[in-house]
Amino acid sequence: MAEIQIKNVAKKFGAYQALHDINLTIADQEFMVLLGASGCGKTTLLRIICGLETATEGEVWIGGRRVDHLAPKDRGIAMVFQNYAVFPHLTVFENIGFGLRMQKLPDDEVRRRVERVASLMHIEMLLKRYSGELSGGQRQRVAVARALAMEPDVILMDEPLSNLDALLRMEMRAELKGVLAESKTTAVYVTHDQVEAMSMADRISVMHQGEIVQAASPIEVYRNPAAEFVASFIGNPPMNFLRAEAAGDGKWSVAGNVIDGPRYGKSPLQFAIRPEDMQPAGDGLEAKVKIVEPLGAHLLVTCEVNGTLFRAVLDSDMEVKRGDMLTLAPQTDRVRWFDPETTLAVA
Amino acid sequence: MTDATVAEAPAAPSTRSAGRFLYISGVVLLCAWVLVPIYFLLVNTLSSPDTVNSFPKPLFPEFDFGSLAFFAQFAGMLTALKNSVLTAGMTMIMSILIGAPAGYALSRFDFRGKELFRLLILLTRAFPLPLLALPLAVMFIQTGLDDTTFGLALVHTTLAIPFAVLITFSLFSGIPLELEEAAWTLGCTRLTAFTKVVLPLILPGITASAIFAFVISWNEVFAAAVLTIENRTLTAFLLQNLDTSPLHLKFAGGFILVVPALIFIFAVRKYLFAMWGIANR
Repeated sequence: MAEIQIKNVAKKFGAYQALHDINLTIADQEFMVLLGASGCGKTTLLRIICGLETATEGEVWIGGRRVDHLAPKDRGIAMVFQNYAVFPHLTVFENIGFGLRMQKLPDDEVRRRVERVASLMHIEMLLKRYSGELSGGQRQRVAVARALAMEPDVILMDEPLSNLDALLRMEMRAELKGVLAESKTTAVYVTHDQVEAMSMADRISVMHQGEIVQAASPIEVYRNPAAEFVASFIGNPPMNFLRAEAAGDGKWSVAGNVIDGPRYGKSPLQFAIRPEDMQPAGDGLEAKVKIVEPLGAHLLVTCEVNGTLFRAVLDSDMEVKRGDMLTLAPQTDRVRWFDPETTLAVA
Repeated sequence: MTDATVAEAPAAPSTRSAGRFLYISGVVLLCAWVLVPIYFLLVNTLSSPDTVNSFPKPLFPEFDFGSLAFFAQFAGMLTALKNSVLTAGMTMIMSILIGAPAGYALSRFDFRGKELFRLLILLTRAFPLPLLALPLAVMFIQTGLDDTTFGLALVHTTLAIPFAVLITFSLFSGIPLELEEAAWTLGCTRLTAFTKVVLPLILPGITASAIFAFVISWNEVFAAAVLTIENRTLTAFLLQNLDTSPLHLKFAGGFILVVPALIFIFAVRKYLFAMWGIANR
């Protein structure tokens, strides 16, 4: 069981700076998700922790031991790869037992551990098969079982569910979360899927252009995004932004409305609100309805406020049609403010 | 509107069947191009010397082993056969020992001038062998490698290496790097990951590439004829005796040369596609 510390890690590929001065501590037994769009450096960071990539600068510590100079096999980690990397020339049993055999464990110990993780992942009946005879979901289970069989301090996962179909992904998501919590292993999980991140993580590190923009609990990341990028990346549909002009004494003028806001030296600011945090009311933002999408549980309305696109999630019983004018009142405690120059949140 | 579709409908099958006829006749023609000479070779080899030398030739083999027996007894023929096997065997081993690591490096490591290197490998085939064989003969005489099967195997190895490199390059490239990486995370070093994961997966392909090297050496005649005098390989020996030997000896010799090459190439055909980057599975 181990804590991971990443200290001032930077990575360059030639002239391209993939990671800038990353500092992150992942607590023992924590489920940490690295979330970001493709090319943000999340996989590179994972591979540096794993030892498949060497950092240009900085240190990696696992369980109080500096590991950045060690080979992957000496770091006490196990990894689950995006394409599973199940060895095609070995049976499922030998795949799961591969790492144990490399440790020269006795046969009965190998058998005991393989059977334990196989039953944990519900693949006991597949042990004699080859990877060519397995479905994608089954291969995924073998890959996870193989990592768990190592009883590692840290388990690293690189988009392990991205090659599964939607239904299977949802099922595996919950199962994986349960299995990992049970195993008391520290987990680092890379994904670009925010739903996966929100539902599985103890903590999410949102990455953007080689930097960690925010590392916090899922609900914190969702409610209090540290930067505009986080606000627009997390949430589907994302947060709405409107330009706000200072109206003096902590008041801000947003699309003709005067709203209470922070006392801040600069103007303008960005006013931000989540689509579900608004209610139709007598007083508020004037919105012209452009598109109405009934999604069953609720109604997604895309409108225009002051020339800016603006989305609202409304009750599905509402009768709204294209061209209507709505008056939307933002829920005041859910309003967030961002400085457009630094793009950071303003308290 | 309706008229047009009615009129078109019968026309379409007839053009399709014409195209099909062309396609099939093309296939038949190409097969005949290759198979007919081989068939005649087979017929004449399995006929008695008298039948081979008479006219008209038989259309079906009489399964008489007289020609083959005569071939086996011809002075020097068995030694030449042995030399051919030896040279081809050495070529096979050396080209894999040198070619496979090069193929691995090309597929797994990025280095400066990699593309140029790949091109240069092929370029070794761009020089006509006579251009190389004569200076080589001089050099071999100076070093004492002339007239040895090993010396000849060296030359054949240089001929076979481009193919060995390209075939193994494509084999290694067909094995996802993740498999190796997974092995590294599971306790393997670079070497054990190679022997436990990569090698078992590419062994059939390596065998194929080895056999291909064998066939290249087996079929090669020019360098063999220039570089050896006493220890001639079968091809060089047959070439040397071409104008003096009787017809049935030529047929039997030709047959002995063609058959192993044919069988081998047939056995490894799917891996040869791999060399050109067509899917190898």
